[in-house]
Amino acid sequence: MGPLVPYIISQEFNLIIALLIGIGFGFVLEQAGFSSTRKLVGLFYGYDFTVLRVFFTAGVTAAVGVLLLSHYGLLDLRVIYINPTFTRSALVGGVIMGAGFIIGGFCPGTSVCAASIGKIDGILFVLGGFLGVFAFVEAYPLFKDFFMADALGPVKINEQLSMSMPLFTTLMTAVAIIAFIATWQIEKRVRKIDTKTPRKMQIRYALAIAVPFLILAVVAFLPGKEEIIKNRIAEAKRQQKCVFREIAADKLAYEIVNHHYQLNIIDVRTPEEYEAFHIPLAINIPFDEILDRKWERIFKQKEKTNIFYADSDTLVRMSCLKAKFIGKSTNFILREGVSEFRDMYYNPAEPVAGATKQEINTYNFRTKATHDMENLKDALKNIGKPVTREVKVVQGGCS
Amino acid sequence: MKPKPFMNPYLAGFLLGLVLLATIYITGRGLGASGAFKSVVLSTVENVAPQHAEEGLYYSEYAESHPGSPMVSWLVFEVIGVVIGAFISGLISNRVGFKFEKGPRATNTARIIGAILGGALFGFGSQLGRGCTSGSALSGMAVLSFGGIITMLAIFGGAYALAYFFRKLWLK
Repeated sequence: MGPLVPYIISQEFNLIIALLIGIGFGFVLEQAGFSSTRKLVGLFYGYDFTVLRVFFTAGVTAAVGVLLLSHYGLLDLRVIYINPTFTRSALVGGVIMGAGFIIGGFCPGTSVCAASIGKIDGILFVLGGFLGVFAFVEAYPLFKDFFMADALGPVKINEQLSMSMPLFTTLMTAVAIIAFIATWQIEKRVRKIDTKTPRKMQIRYALAIAVPFLILAVVAFLPGKEEIIKNRIAEAKRQQKCVFREIAADKLAYEIVNHHYQLNIIDVRTPEEYEAFHIPLAINIPFDEILDRKWERIFKQKEKTNIFYADSDTLVRMSCLKAKFIGKSTNFILREGVSEFRDMYYNPAEPVAGATKQEINTYNFRTKATHDMENLKDALKNIGKPVTREVKVVQGGCS
Repeated sequence: MKPKPFMNPYLAGFLLGLVLLATIYITGRGLGASGAFKSVVLSTVENVAPQHAEEGLYYSEYAESHPGSPMVSWLVFEVIGVVIGAFISGLISNRVGFKFEKGPRATNTARIIGAILGGALFGFGSQLGRGCTSGSALSGMAVLSFGGIITMLAIFGGAYALAYFFRKLWLK
């Protein structure tokens, strides 16, 4: 599941990725004509709308792609960087940048492209950019309050407008396409030319328009990965068909006492129930959290056996099925419910007079096992805790 | 040799969108440019006037939140890539060479002052607005960031509002 940094790709290698991505970024910007100041500024005088076309197409492509990846569980939207909103500084900073755009004829990225192919005006803009940043850094104490005002945090525009992400992206795509058509008409008038678009291109454009809407419809109306998994494990048929490997309570107690290091004992009930009573050395992964990224490792490893338990038979089976969607770990379920386990080990009925030898043996085994498990619990208080991945939101933007 | 024509803008936009999408998928963050300008400025000041860098409010706040050299940052490496990528593109399309581009009626002096002043304004504004056209507007649009999208509207709105006053720089 993305983002791949830092768990699949390390932070150090990330810098190499940055270089490679930069090469792609610079190449496309230059190919689009963004190294030419007159082409860029054409947007504001109506003679060349390249900037708008490239910019909006890129924004829509990426936004639609982000939705599609997240819909099928390939990208975790909760950890990607969302630029934080500080309304006042965003607006005033934006207008100052607009002034810089029309006076200087570039923006920072495009000026670097222009400078790279030897445009003197691009080099001058870059130097000016350094001066501007320096001025801000030096004058920062004067602006600090303004810079920090109206902090809304990493809010999304669809949240501000109470829309869903697919709905807002659909509107954004529609606006972009309307803008493409309108600017094409304006450009024709300003340049006083009338070029016919060949039929082949017309078909291609129509297809290009249809694709994002199709993807958005898939995201909006078809079930995503989480929903698919949820539906599948809720199917009674699947629960009956699947052969669950079961472990009996006595066997589990024996394994805990002798091979606790080979087990992940997983309590899938709520945290409150877990706090009230849980099997020694068990960790708590509530059913709803099984698909969370931080537990991924437990369900993908092959060294330890996972043993699920709960009080309800259905819940424990559904948990085991859910874990199978994540990885190929060895999963068992506890045959007994947790309250039965508690009665067997923490309130064992003392054998009455005339009990069979086997009953006495069982009683002795269970009391000893309880004692050993409690000792283990104390001994492993600190190291027995599961290693969770700390899921951090990625830092980005221009900081 | 004559420079080759530019790429179809929609195709270029699509490719740019894929680059941005790949960036988000791999790293969880977006593209950027102005942040690298800041790294260059900060590291220059740190080397030229270390005492000043220690005392300044911005420098100390930045050093606290970003340990290590400001040059070892994702955006600096990305912008080095931009330089390489743009150069390769220019090379294969015959656009490399020293050139000075300006509007048909603009004087050289006006263009020189305009480029530096415009760069300075953009540099200043990008720090105030927490990102430029790439880091805030484009990357913000991809993740539907409210701040990114209002910055984008302000950049293009501001430029349109002022276009009339600077027409002599660009129009016939």
